[in-house]
Amino acid sequence: MTEKQPSKQNETTQAYYTLLEQIQALDFVLVELTLYLGTHPEDSQAIQQFNTTSLQSNQLKQQYQQLYGPLYQFGASPSGTPWNWKDAPWPWQV
Amino acid sequence: MWVYEKKLQYPVRVSKCDPMMAKYLIEQYGGADGELAAALRYLNQRYTLPEKVIGLVNDIGTEELSHLEMIATMVYKLTKDATAEQMKEAGLGAHYASHDKALYFNDASGNPFSATYFTAKGDPIADLYEDIAAEEKARATYQWLINMTDDTDLIDSLTFLREREIIHSQRFREAVEIIKDDQSTKKVF
Repeated sequence: MTEKQPSKQNETTQAYYTLLEQIQALDFVLVELTLYLGTHPEDSQAIQQFNTTSLQSNQLKQQYQQLYGPLYQFGASPSGTPWNWKDAPWPWQV
Repeated sequence: MWVYEKKLQYPVRVSKCDPMMAKYLIEQYGGADGELAAALRYLNQRYTLPEKVIGLVNDIGTEELSHLEMIATMVYKLTKDATAEQMKEAGLGAHYASHDKALYFNDASGNPFSATYFTAKGDPIADLYEDIAAEEKARATYQWLINMTDDTDLIDSLTFLREREIIHSQRFREAVEIIKDDQSTKKVF
């Protein structure tokens, strides 16, 4: 079984991994704060950190999606033409 | 509903083809204390839990689905280049005969996944204590898995997952206290 290689316009360069990991790091903060706020809903400092991080994450995701295609589907991300949601790489391939 | 994110929660890299480690890791895919059991347990409990903790249980259940994807990625990467002979040597001959390299929801001994791995008691304290125990059992399993490999890339991802079990356990413990406080408050009225 051979690993599907990402398409040419989608080359998995070092820049790709760096940007992806920056998004993963910010989104980890958001997952962690989401769970924390589930049991500490009055912590306004944590909410402030959540809102700031959410903005930062969205900015990086816009940048990522312009370069490498949509991160979300069902309308949460815009599509290129032709439809590029179906393009490799999928997360388990990188 | 859910919206898929085309990325892993945390990077998964492996430094070698290692079908035997994949055989052990499948415990966390389709085993009793694995990520599928965790996701299904929490996402099923949330309908009847007190409103104060629904959000937490919903979100932990959702995070478990991302852990399931990480485990699947590990198994996929550890086996994708293995020959039939290597699969046999790793104790995956029976798996290969039935599934080739496809993932299957079973535990490390080959027992297929079962809904009997978790319950839904309808009693919030009983359900949340089960959740805490499940997280602690999964944490222990991740430690045993880490002990069985020298692949530093794999250990990095497994360590992340082990830490998440600790956090989930902590949040569930806080949820128990929230429910207890709520129950004792109601008695006053």
